[in-house]
Amino acid sequence: MKGILSTSLNKVVPPVALLVVLIAIWQIATVVGEIPAFLLPSPFAIVDELVQFFPAISSATRVTGTNALIGLVAGAILGILVALVANFVRLVDSLLAPLVAAIAVVPIVALAPILYSMFGANSELSRQIIAGIAVFVPVFANTLRGLGQVLPVQRDLMRAYAASPLQVARTVTIPAALPFVFTGLRIASSLAVISALIAEYFGGPRTGIGSFITTAASGSNYSRAWAYVLGAILLGLIFYGVTLAAETFASRHRRR
Amino acid sequence: MTAALSSRSLRAKSARARLQPFILGVISVVLLAVLWELYKFAGPADGLTIGETRVLPRTTDLAMPHVWDMIARLGGPLTGSSTAIPLWLAVLKAAGMSLGIAAIGWSLGLIVGFALAVLMQRFRIAESAVLPLVILSQTVPLIALAPVVRVWGSRLEFGSFEWESWMSVAVIASYLAFFPIAVGALRGLQSPDTIHEELMRSYAAGWWKTLVYLRLPASVPYLLPALGLGAANAVIGTIVAEVSTGLSGGIGRMILDFSNFASSDPAKPWAPIFGAILLGLVAAGLVSLLGLALGRYRRAEVSR
Amino acid sequence: MNQLNPTIPGIPAVDVSGVSRVFSTKRGEVTALDGIDLTIAPGEFVSLIGPSGCGKSTLLRLIADLDQPTTGSINVFGTPAGIARQNQKYGIAFQQAGLLPWRTVTGNIALPLELHGVGKTARTQRVSELIEMVGLTEFAGSYPDQLSGGMQQRVAIARSLAEKPELLLMDEPFGALDEMTRERMQAELLRIAAESKAAVVFVTHSIPEAVFLSDRVVVMSPRPGRITGVVPVSLSRSASSDAEALREDTAFFASVTAVREELHGESSGASARGVDLR
Repeated sequence: MKGILSTSLNKVVPPVALLVVLIAIWQIATVVGEIPAFLLPSPFAIVDELVQFFPAISSATRVTGTNALIGLVAGAILGILVALVANFVRLVDSLLAPLVAAIAVVPIVALAPILYSMFGANSELSRQIIAGIAVFVPVFANTLRGLGQVLPVQRDLMRAYAASPLQVARTVTIPAALPFVFTGLRIASSLAVISALIAEYFGGPRTGIGSFITTAASGSNYSRAWAYVLGAILLGLIFYGVTLAAETFASRHRRR
Repeated sequence: MTAALSSRSLRAKSARARLQPFILGVISVVLLAVLWELYKFAGPADGLTIGETRVLPRTTDLAMPHVWDMIARLGGPLTGSSTAIPLWLAVLKAAGMSLGIAAIGWSLGLIVGFALAVLMQRFRIAESAVLPLVILSQTVPLIALAPVVRVWGSRLEFGSFEWESWMSVAVIASYLAFFPIAVGALRGLQSPDTIHEELMRSYAAGWWKTLVYLRLPASVPYLLPALGLGAANAVIGTIVAEVSTGLSGGIGRMILDFSNFASSDPAKPWAPIFGAILLGLVAAGLVSLLGLALGRYRRAEVSR
Repeated sequence: MNQLNPTIPGIPAVDVSGVSRVFSTKRGEVTALDGIDLTIAPGEFVSLIGPSGCGKSTLLRLIADLDQPTTGSINVFGTPAGIARQNQKYGIAFQQAGLLPWRTVTGNIALPLELHGVGKTARTQRVSELIEMVGLTEFAGSYPDQLSGGMQQRVAIARSLAEKPELLLMDEPFGALDEMTRERMQAELLRIAAESKAAVVFVTHSIPEAVFLSDRVVVMSPRPGRITGVVPVSLSRSASSDAEALREDTAFFASVTAVREELHGESSGASARGVDLR
């Protein structure tokens, strides 16, 4: 018990300490260096804006967060299902491999303007689709890898027990694949938030964090822009934190 | 006679194996195009609207141009003017400019990311303090602060050095690229087996020699996929930063500008999208070439 | 003259004095070694043998300064182990060959020479000598993944000899090999050790291997790790003697039995065979 506490502290204290030091330097620099707000607003000014505009910021965060969440869920379900198919049908795997590799390296957000014209300029769907595609790639790749983790010796064992396909799935395949699925989800979670946010730069309704950041920035109101950025950071952290917890829980029995 | 035949058929087989992913890639793209046309042919003309949101797009030529129209439009002129260059050429030029900026951003990200990784490997306290912040940094959409980067840059004065718009874009691209590179490089630098580390210790080789003779070569299998990810991120960063900073001439600007033609020239907006896809593929391909050159260091890799 | 510390003129190759090593683990303290005293003469071949947990590998690592003793001192050729490591007084070979996968056989053997700034011509010459010594001339340009286990170990041994050390430390180097290859490698090692006149500390858990190779066999027991006895082995080994004949010699079997009995804690002393109990 004491061991867990001290290891957790060891992990948390250094980065938090460094972060506090960096923020302190930032605050001091803006005051002492007399750096004007349009160059770099001070941390206090940003927090001030955050508090003042909290309702607007939180509703914008909710919009972007909902888009990211829908994209995450849809992309994850699709990714897992397609990985299952690819695992059992080699042709699908061979066909998808180059396609997914290509999607992984091309800028999906480039599709945003086209999607807005296809689905309407007031639609949040385009952003959800972009987030979904961004999520699909790591979830698919990691799930497929996880499904391939069944060792030949385990397959032989199941065969010797004349286990039914369902039993094999339940006792061997799924437990082996689960940690990988959660790894994919963890990677996908921050991608979902960032993609949903970036998609807002290319048009669509002015509802999410990204739209307001650009509005504030073009109005030279940088403290407010950073306040929205803070909202984006928190959103990203929440998504990452939840999926990280899920991944840690799913991998607790796994030897490193 | 049989021996010569079998060696020739072996070489033919390995050539086919190397060609296979490309052929399959082409087939899957063709299948996508077929799906597109199939939906246009069989889907509801007005799309599908659930409540207020359109869930399926309209199948008109205006909303969804035919695949062959998209390709044909690439051959057409950039603008209506008589001196206009063909569209595909304009797209290539823009993609080329973006590729250059992305490459610079990637290189910058490589230097910073790798330096951070070496620092974190050398000092455990650096790793525990810096790594979480590096991960945190990726939740900050620095892209939005592109104007700030521009203003900062314009304040830098070295003699006749002038901060140009594209430099802001490169900096933002490097910010997105450095993270996967730093993480991958750190993993690679920490990857050597204990037995190799002890061997180096038995040779009384100090930290630097161990880095050069052991950690650097051992990190290659981890570094290469990280460099690939970094390249993809640099491309995304470049395209989006072009929109944020208003840099003209790149593919990002072109995507945004051409989206205005959605109703008048529906195939036109697709051209820069193809350009962006090509850009991503070329960037990834260049990193793979690097991987080929470093093949000697990947002998320990287990292939799937 | 006692078997642990024979009277030796000159500086011993290894001098272990009052050494203990205690590890603090989550479950409390583990005494891997307790009260170890051992002296090894220059040119002597000494094996450390014992069941798992007796500390033989730990002792080897302490001599190599890959780990530090909790109490006591270790001197190699008269200098403390740490300084001996800095001065590169020994060569080491592990159970896994530990070859760098991106270097060829030549590159791997040359590694210590490169690290210590040996010039290119001297390096090339020394490496080709060593490759020939272990019989791998045809494979000079091959990579480790192209070699069998036995060949990889030969490269590791060649590497350990690269700087002509006067002390060789070997931790079950043949442990991962099959029996036939193992016996072949033992004969090779004997030849190489005789040629280079190096002292060897050899960790093993095979009794025949220890007897075949050593001048003395140090028997250890676990919990806590201690030296329980030393069995001198006097077999006639000469460059011309046939290794196979040696393994079938009655003196060989007598020594094997003596070591085995020492391991199992029965009284050693005079030969246990053919003694009438009256």
